[in-house]
Amino acid sequence: MSEPVLSITDLSVSLPAGADRAQAVSGVSLTVAANEIVCLVGESGSGKSMIAHTILGLLPPGVAVAGGAVTLCGRDVAAASEAELRAIRGRDAAMIFQEPLSALNPLKRAGEQIAEAIRVQAPATPRAVVAARVGALIEAVGLPDPARIRDSFPFALSGGQRQRVMIAIAMANNPALLVADEPTTALDVTTQAQILALIRRLQGERRMGVLLITHDFGVVAEVADRVVVMRDGRVVEQGSAEAVLTAPRDPYTRALVAAVPHAGRRPARAAPAARPPLLEIETLSKTFTLRQGWFRPPRQVVAADALSLTLAPGETVAVVGESGSGKSTLGQMILRLAEPDSGRIIFDGQDLLALRGEALRAERRRIQIVFQDPFAALNPRQRVGDAIARGPMAYGAPKDRAMAEARALLDRVGLKAGAADRFPHEFSGGQRQRICIARALALKPRILVADEAVSALDVSVQARVLDLLAELRAEYNLAMLFITHDLRIAARIADRVAVMQRGRIVEAGPAETLFAAPAHAYTRGLIAAIPGRRLFGGLGEAPVPEALTA
Amino acid sequence: MRMLAGLAAWIARTLAVILVIASVNFALVHAAPGDPAQVIAGQSGASDETLLRQLRAEYGLDKPYAVQLATYLGRVLRLDLGYSYRQQRPVLGLVLERLPATLLLTGTAFALALGFGILLGTLSGVRAGRWSDTLIGLVALVLYAMPVFWLGLMLVLVFSVQLEWLPAFGYRSVGATFSPLGQVGDVLAHLVLPALSLAAVYLAVYARLMRTAIVEVAAQDYVKTARAKGLTRGRVIRDHMIRNAILPVVTVAGMQAGALVGGSVVVETVFAWPGLGRLVFEALSQRDYPVLLGLFLVMSVLVILINMLTDLLARLIDPRIAASARAA
Repeated sequence: MSEPVLSITDLSVSLPAGADRAQAVSGVSLTVAANEIVCLVGESGSGKSMIAHTILGLLPPGVAVAGGAVTLCGRDVAAASEAELRAIRGRDAAMIFQEPLSALNPLKRAGEQIAEAIRVQAPATPRAVVAARVGALIEAVGLPDPARIRDSFPFALSGGQRQRVMIAIAMANNPALLVADEPTTALDVTTQAQILALIRRLQGERRMGVLLITHDFGVVAEVADRVVVMRDGRVVEQGSAEAVLTAPRDPYTRALVAAVPHAGRRPARAAPAARPPLLEIETLSKTFTLRQGWFRPPRQVVAADALSLTLAPGETVAVVGESGSGKSTLGQMILRLAEPDSGRIIFDGQDLLALRGEALRAERRRIQIVFQDPFAALNPRQRVGDAIARGPMAYGAPKDRAMAEARALLDRVGLKAGAADRFPHEFSGGQRQRICIARALALKPRILVADEAVSALDVSVQARVLDLLAELRAEYNLAMLFITHDLRIAARIADRVAVMQRGRIVEAGPAETLFAAPAHAYTRGLIAAIPGRRLFGGLGEAPVPEALTA
Repeated sequence: MRMLAGLAAWIARTLAVILVIASVNFALVHAAPGDPAQVIAGQSGASDETLLRQLRAEYGLDKPYAVQLATYLGRVLRLDLGYSYRQQRPVLGLVLERLPATLLLTGTAFALALGFGILLGTLSGVRAGRWSDTLIGLVALVLYAMPVFWLGLMLVLVFSVQLEWLPAFGYRSVGATFSPLGQVGDVLAHLVLPALSLAAVYLAVYARLMRTAIVEVAAQDYVKTARAKGLTRGRVIRDHMIRNAILPVVTVAGMQAGALVGGSVVVETVFAWPGLGRLVFEALSQRDYPVLLGLFLVMSVLVILINMLTDLLARLIDPRIAASARAA
């Protein structure tokens, strides 16, 4: 076997004093050969991203290599000077990042940003040659209309297009190694499939080594030749993709693989008895009008186009769609946070849209929401107990009773005693999401709207929060509207699924039939794009049961 | 077509704003005790009722308030700013005579504040936490805390009185004859101290703003992308950080331009700089209401123009602003 492109030996990376642990990475060894894709898998805080940044010498201030060697194309990066690192960056190893929205300079045209990467390694290249190479790169990453893309500012490009521009920048100098740090995590599922296919194709064409960092075993199943699994800064398991995915040896890996949501793991549940719906949505429409300044025609975005949907007590309906499909707007209209242009929302027999003032306020408590970002959803200067008790107090509950209930709820969602007196920053993402759920339940709602409520969480945490939601649904006889972009989660938790595309519900039906026999082409496309579908079995097919013990 | 429609809309809006400002100014001046007739009568040493009545009839001061306001606004639209009874001259002429000096002073101060503010702020931001950052922060704080008139006096003491490098007051040397180029040099020499005094506070503000913006931008992913390309630190700062960080500074600078014109009153008084600011001071102390009204109006128009320039500048810097204003 030829010399590996990248070989990391016994690498340790130290964190600044006062961090939650002394080392982000401890004694990690791994290699990436030419012409292979190695996936580095782990949950947040596992140190996987630190390894990626070490390879290009891009560690944040205060974080430093404490020991070991990182050999890239025969040179030790860990010991290289800043000038040597500059020569390596882009030429030997290039990097792409998670957030295509923020990874490109918003004030420079896409073409300029690609050209810059060419010119930095070969400053004397004539303009015409640079321009030709930029054009060729834009075509190589599969972007349409290269001339237009070249002259576009990033804000005019979609997330997928921006990520392709990032890849073009990375490919500019034919690097031996591509480091991709969660390159598809922020993208829609169909875009994710395209970008993964692109990385796979470029890797094959250029015989590149790729180190792809991800938290998603679906992505691993899709592209990896070999897999390295990390936990708390250490490698727990590595081997060929097939071996790790089908027969993981380490219990943590087993738990992670098992936590990948798929329909088979759904807890068996009797279909709710046919009951009159609690919530009826009839031909709800909403068009956002963006004003463009004086005397200019406003732009119209259809967020809801004659949506109709029902929700029975105790039932969970998943609303699935990609970004911009209008799924979140639907949730906001049900909460009366956004006003529909037309249509009706009947909640428990009364017209929700006709309510005003005090009558509306009285009903609001019965429909609650859990948001996506557990970090932004809690007031950082409010104690957790107060955050939960404030709701009932606003509806007249005496303070001591509200606080007692808040403590009981915190206990119910699995947080330790004493949590009520602490501040949100003392909790992890998953714990915060439990707090948000407790806050929503404190008002004893009939309906819980979960807007991407588990999307920001690690898979193992995700699985546990989903289990909690399923339990609470039964206990409180909650109707749940579960808004998500992730079909795997929808398949796991929902009784019925509605698929949205550009403000319309293109298909709706019971979860089993919808995933087993999708009728609409868009639904079929979404299901086909789910990463790792082949390995984990299609949704609704034979389950791969493996209890999550972690 | 779009451009023309946009321009027409802008002119219509600007005119509306100017008329509102003129009305408010008019109301304010008329709310002050006494009227121009009393001032004129007082000057001529007489205070008998018939003279006052005569004067009021002559200047239309006996007409209803609404009529007076309409007359005034009509004259404003015809660029007739009235007549100064004190100076026995049309207000427009007085103002136009003083305008260039003020534009020169505030323009120079603005450019100095913005240029050095951005420079110091960038230096400070990229060295955040190190001693040079602390030093720049300290200088900025001192500049910010110092009263403008005191700073002006200190500068005069050091550079004019002690070192005798620069003239202490005025706009040009009295009695000296210069070649055309020498004249420019003479004015510039007079300009240095007042411009520095006026710029100091704003320089400090912009430096602080720019530092914050740079620190924020430094943590952005696109800066990491630029570094991952292998760019040198200097080029990352110049090509990727400064332009992104500058936007909030330009926005605030545009909003403060009005304060800059106001601040020039103090500086022009300290340095006997013959600009609008000093005219405001004189007109105030002499209760020369027509001049005051005219000055308020001209200063408002100046602020509107500066805001427009800032808008254009922001659009040049950030293509997203132009795009969000354009129909997609």
